Amino acid sequence: MREKAKILDPEAINRAMMRIAHEILEKNKGTESLCIIGIRNRGAYLAQRLAERIKKIDAADVPVGVLDITLYRDDLTLIASQPVVHKTEINFDISDKNLILVDDVLYSGRTIRAALDALVDFGRPKSIQLAVLIDRGHRELPIRADYVGKNIPTAQTETVEVRLHECDDKDEVVIIEK
Amino acid sequence: MNWNKKDLLGLEELSKEELEHILATAESFKEVSTREIKKVPALRGKTVVNLFYEPSTRTRVSFEVAAKRLSADVINIATETSSVKKGETLIDTGRNIQALKADIIVMRHNYSGAAVMLARHVDISVVNAGDGWHEHPTQALLDIFTLKEKLGRIEGLQVAIVGDIAHSRVARSNIWGLTKLGAEVTVCAPKILIPPGIEEMGAKVSLNINEALKNADAVNVLRMQFERDELNAFPKQLEYFKEFGITKERLKEAKKGIVVMHPGPINRGVEMSSEVADGANSVILEQVTNGIAVRMAVLFLVAQARDINANTH
Repeated sequence: MREKAKILDPEAINRAMMRIAHEILEKNKGTESLCIIGIRNRGAYLAQRLAERIKKIDAADVPVGVLDITLYRDDLTLIASQPVVHKTEINFDISDKNLILVDDVLYSGRTIRAALDALVDFGRPKSIQLAVLIDRGHRELPIRADYVGKNIPTAQTETVEVRLHECDDKDEVVIIEK
Repeated sequence: MNWNKKDLLGLEELSKEELEHILATAESFKEVSTREIKKVPALRGKTVVNLFYEPSTRTRVSFEVAAKRLSADVINIATETSSVKKGETLIDTGRNIQALKADIIVMRHNYSGAAVMLARHVDISVVNAGDGWHEHPTQALLDIFTLKEKLGRIEGLQVAIVGDIAHSRVARSNIWGLTKLGAEVTVCAPKILIPPGIEEMGAKVSLNINEALKNADAVNVLRMQFERDELNAFPKQLEYFKEFGITKERLKEAKKGIVVMHPGPINRGVEMSSEVADGANSVILEQVTNGIAVRMAVLFLVAQARDINANTH
């Protein structure tokens, strides 16, 4: 395990989030019927950050939820250690909303597939749009992001680690070589 | 914390960390039952067999609901209408269920130790839904879960367990679970219903209900099973109610906000008055709701442990 490169520093993460916030408002023409749901763990923090930035721009509160997709994974039996099931907290109706789904890294697309399955159990949104901080390629499913902080070409032997100060004491994105 | 037990047979064998892991997992599962679509695909394609050698409605239904909310297929076997009546042994029954490629057996049995024995003879998961006077782990887990939800903690709580302690698997599982998590347990009953050795499990004994309630943060009231022969020796229901029944008057002398629990079904006017059963201190129906979340967590954890063990061996 070796840290190969630092992709984003705190300022770059901040600028990417700010740009995505603007893009979301532009595409959805404001905050009406908008809601944001982050995928645990880091997607949830990014969702909260997006909502704060949107509030700065548009002075409107957008409902924010947290989604745990453990129960919807297709690889529960393949992984050596058990993922811990955490709480899903969506305290608003997602029906007829334009829903922004947020995650830190888009890779195979399987997490997003699981999240889409979970979301339809909560209601029928008008649209679901995907925002990710990093798109590292290597998709295994027909899924793409609507908003991307940064595209990073990677090898499959590498991992991309997003660190956020809410859970990792600092903001940065690094590539790690196995 | 990594859960690696394919069975849940009792709380005696669990560590504090394992108990806390089940409770935390159950907390996450509770939300599923509040959704418009009360179902997650976590156990899709798994088969859960409810094997009940004793009549039970609430535990069986609770397990069935829990399994269905996890998308498992559920088969109920009531032994009165099965080959058990023709003399099939428990181990043969278990092996036959395994041959059907079921994944989890949830078993209620009138013999203490039956679940442990079954688990030893099958590779699939076994969840003890009550065995004789031994343990009823998911009932105690849901009691503890409800208590924690109400009072915010278990550590340092004083919990009174009142009723037929001698014949109660619920009492035994509660004592194991509560003491491991740092609560103090006092059992209270007429002397003939206090089993020998209960103090070695870590419980205090009181023969006086007012004394047992005095410092209690919670009281778990057990069902008096007057249908049992052993209780013929004991003065009947009215007298029990007079001496040990939980009443509004008795609760007035207890801590304000004392939590009143009962595993059901209640004998109103025997173990407690209707006023108490339906009163502000009672969490009896919340226990039923929480039972689903706790059993979902248990089914999920044992199924996953078995899958992971199968892949790493």
